[in-house]
Amino acid sequence: MIEVQGLVKNYGALRAVDGVSFKVNRGDILGFLGPNGAGKSTTMKVIMGFLRPTAGTAIVGGHDVTVDPVAVKRMVGYLPENAPAYPEMTVEEFLGFIAEVRGFRTIAQSRPRIERVVDLCHLTQVRRQTIETLSKGFKQRVGFAQALLHDPPVLVLDEPTDGLDPNQKHEVRNLIKQMAAEKAIILSTHILEEVEAICTRIIIITRGKVVVDATPEELHARHAGAQLEEIFRDLTQTDT
Amino acid sequence: MASVGCAFFLGGFFNANMASLESYFAFLPWLFIAFVPAVGMRLWSEEKRAGTIELLFTLPVTTLEAVLAKFLASWAFLCLAILLSFPMVLTVAYLGDPDWGVIVSSYLGCLLMAGAYLGICSLTSAFTKNQVISFVVSVFICFVLVLLGWSIFTDFLGGYLALPAWLVDLVSNFSFKSHFDGFVKGIIDPKDVIFFLSLAGFCLFLNVLVLER
Ligand SMILES: Nc1ncnc2c1ncn2[C@@H]1O[C@H](COP(=O)(O)OP(=O)(O)OP(=O)(O)O)[C@@H](O)[C@H]1O
Ligand SMILES: [Mg+2]
Repeated sequence: MIEVQGLVKNYGALRAVDGVSFKVNRGDILGFLGPNGAGKSTTMKVIMGFLRPTAGTAIVGGHDVTVDPVAVKRMVGYLPENAPAYPEMTVEEFLGFIAEVRGFRTIAQSRPRIERVVDLCHLTQVRRQTIETLSKGFKQRVGFAQALLHDPPVLVLDEPTDGLDPNQKHEVRNLIKQMAAEKAIILSTHILEEVEAICTRIIIITRGKVVVDATPEELHARHAGAQLEEIFRDLTQTDT
Repeated sequence: MASVGCAFFLGGFFNANMASLESYFAFLPWLFIAFVPAVGMRLWSEEKRAGTIELLFTLPVTTLEAVLAKFLASWAFLCLAILLSFPMVLTVAYLGDPDWGVIVSSYLGCLLMAGAYLGICSLTSAFTKNQVISFVVSVFICFVLVLLGWSIFTDFLGGYLALPAWLVDLVSNFSFKSHFDGFVKGIIDPKDVIFFLSLAGFCLFLNVLVLER
């Protein structure tokens, strides 16, 4: 579903992503790990067509993002880092706006979709509140709801559980797990237990380069007896 | 309200002793210098500052669609604001017998001119995430574009600097004011219509390029 090919992204003189390649199939939950500034968010922005790659490309559901970005955006639900949203809108207005842009123009089309994600992400109590007055966790949930609205075949989630309370973290993980069967999912995170709990594949990048691309089982077999945390430290600390 | 008030004081509305709104409309290019950038400054700056631009451009819309949608929504708002001055017209109609053709053409000129101003503001706001910078730059550009056609300025160019007439004409040809004055006199010249529309269109085209950079 997602195929990243030799992706390079420079910010001026800084090379943030340096030749990243990987594939994500339907049913996969890819855990995208790496220290701060490794290039995770940048890679996701390029996959989404928000940034233009310096070299290489990403192909999502058969559409090359450098050729037909709108087709890619239609297929993907994207939760950007820090879940940006229009602060002066209420949660309902915001989701209504997203529904309209996503092509659900009549109330009959959009209402059930909005109700579904409000329910899934437990937003009922804040649905008429403006987004600027929401707490960080609720803002994050609004971002997640927005990404799920059109029930996309591909999800790209940049730190989806950032700022959520333990119950919500648990809930979001379960939700992702349930949806995984018919979707291809990439999620970045700094919470290693999360990766152990739900991911079927792990990629670790440091300084823009992939250093691990394996299943959790393979990783544990390769580093017998070690915790994921130790493996992560081993692979990334030498560079920083 | 401010526009109406200023026209009374600066435009000599009562002194003119005529049932016409010419002084009011002639003042509008100056008023728009501040008014339109106030509406247009946040178009893209705010999206960049709040990070929602990442959300907007990962939704299935092209840059052109987004630019046009924002422009048209703001233009509609400006048009509404301009048409809210219609009670002035009714007052004049009550006091005297104005030339309705002139009023219609003046309003048309206003709407078109507002569109051209807004194109510039939309473009400048795409350069920065700071609304204040966006506002100041827009005001400056709009001010220059009005000034170029102001009779006092063109007299200065032609008289004091003794520039040849064709050069003065060329300079004032880029001004909002020279193109707007015809509408106020009741003349709808296709050249003026095209000037405003193409200026707006050109700015929006650059706007798309800047955002896709
Ligand atoms: N707009 C930008 N201009 C210049 N440099 C940038 C920009 N955005 C990111 N960078 C740099 O690119 C590198 C990768 O950043 P990125 O946001 O992709 O990291 P990350 O892996 O998501 O980190 P984190 O775990 O902190 O979210 C960093 O060194 C960062 O400073
Ligand atoms: Mg990041």
